[in-house]
Amino acid sequence: MLLLALDTATPAVTVALHDGTDVIASSSQVDARRHGELLLPAVDRVLAEAGVRLDAVTDIVVGIGPGPYTGLRVGLMTADTFGIALGVPVHGVCTLDGLAYAADIEKGPFVVATDARRKEVYWARYADSRTRLTDPAVDRPADIADQVAGLPAVGAGALLYPDAFPSAHEPEHVSAAALAGLAAEKLAAGEELPAPRPLYLRRPDAQVPKNYKVVTPK
Amino acid sequence: MADSRDEPLVLGIETSCDETGVGIVRGTTLLADAIASSVDEHARFGGVVPEVASRAHLEAMVPTIDRALKEAGVSARDLDGIAVTAGPGLAGALLVGVSAAKAYAYALGKPLYGVNHLASHICVDQLEHGALPEPTMALLVSGGHSSLLLSSDITSDVRPMGATIDDAAGEAFDKIARVLNLGFPGGPVIDRYAREGDPAAIAFPRGLTGPRDPAYDFSFSGLKTAVARWIEAKRAAGEEVPVRDVAASFQEAVVDVLTRKAVRACKDEGVDHLMIGGGVAANSRLRALAQERCEAAGIRLRVPRPKLCTDNGAMVAALGAEMVARGRPASSWDLSADSSLPVTDTHVPGQDHDHVHEVSKENLYS
Ligand SMILES: [Zn+2]
Repeated sequence: MLLLALDTATPAVTVALHDGTDVIASSSQVDARRHGELLLPAVDRVLAEAGVRLDAVTDIVVGIGPGPYTGLRVGLMTADTFGIALGVPVHGVCTLDGLAYAADIEKGPFVVATDARRKEVYWARYADSRTRLTDPAVDRPADIADQVAGLPAVGAGALLYPDAFPSAHEPEHVSAAALAGLAAEKLAAGEELPAPRPLYLRRPDAQVPKNYKVVTPK
Repeated sequence: MADSRDEPLVLGIETSCDETGVGIVRGTTLLADAIASSVDEHARFGGVVPEVASRAHLEAMVPTIDRALKEAGVSARDLDGIAVTAGPGLAGALLVGVSAAKAYAYALGKPLYGVNHLASHICVDQLEHGALPEPTMALLVSGGHSSLLLSSDITSDVRPMGATIDDAAGEAFDKIARVLNLGFPGGPVIDRYAREGDPAAIAFPRGLTGPRDPAYDFSFSGLKTAVARWIEAKRAAGEEVPVRDVAASFQEAVVDVLTRKAVRACKDEGVDHLMIGGGVAANSRLRALAQERCEAAGIRLRVPRPKLCTDNGAMVAALGAEMVARGRPASSWDLSADSSLPVTDTHVPGQDHDHVHEVSKENLYS
């Protein structure tokens, strides 16, 4: 088994190669505006570091969010396309689950929250690092204060809103290494992973921008 | 004659607006033109909603690539390159196509060519009428563009002669169709009603055609407002709006200006070929009037069939194949989607250093 994992659902552009037991190589860069530019060079670097070619990979693992849409789609589109080009399966993993796994908390409950922008967080509650208790949701921190009160929390969304998450701590962003580790465990246990489809959680802003479609340079 | 199998086999991906296009060409021969459109999802908003378009591109991409390969009857392994629209267009939508193209090219070990959407609109004519004459004058008209471009080599030299200073021609069609309650998109339905109307019934203004106005620029905003006002006045007076005559007179005002300026540019520059592309090139009156005026001026008119005029992947593949044929440098793996890629950048060649496209940042992730 050779897993290539990637996630672009948070400000981190993160890639890892995992042989089913251990992480062989990985890369994480935090730059919320350059997912599209950074992802492919990162894949190339990770493969070169491990000394393997992409066609040696047996499975693709991708973070399906929730996360800001534009960045999220970069990872999903890349994973989808690797899948058809290589003829290998593409597995989805909830990005919050990856963060929970990276937090390495054996006894919860605890909360994972990432930044959803617009003063909201994507979040879910966990019993331990491998067991999610609630569906991922998007809310204003103040509106969920009673549901997360007194619980430890991880993720940039928790660190950003200390009023709602007073005991927030690292990790801030998901890592593909964690994503791959979680996927490898689940696949070895014969568990089915979700399809690689995005968790947007919000409907698109149905706003036709003024001067829509105007792409001719003035 | 050279064996056509020596010509570059290129797959092109287009996602600059609401069409997910994947085309495959061998040199100037069209092998596949697969399209998935999200136009129906935008109809109720009266225009393209960027986030809706981006979501649809992600879902449609893999099935559309599969369809194109099947249609062309070629194996992905045999491709000589992958081309993709790098810009201009809707930032988030472009990024889906660029991500797919990069991953596909990388996984297959093929060169990647990020190309200009407008140059692709011109180059697509090679699939219909063979190699582009050099130079070629091109009139690109759609919901997104109204430009007059002069190209001596479609892979390296596209010069803007003129462009709209406000709305694109296709936008005006959409707006007037909305005012007339004819739905979205407006182009085809206005064309249909106009066929039964009198183009001389109402004298609508011709923008930027005064003696001191820029010779090759367009303006459709004033026309749009004039037509809307005329319709509203009729309604306010309790009179019935003569939809067919309004459609015909409005359409005539648009195509009159477009063709007049395009022919003038050809004459001024001594160019004996005019190509018309973009979605509005499907308009029957534009085709007829352009034909008439080009014939009178001794200019050869080239208009691809309507399916190649609207956004599609084949046009991107056509330009990609030309890039390969002329030995243009490939793009690098950090290729950006650039929503405002200048028309003069026919493609985005790779750089030795790690460069950032400052322009695209704002639009991409806001
Ligand atoms: Zn176009």
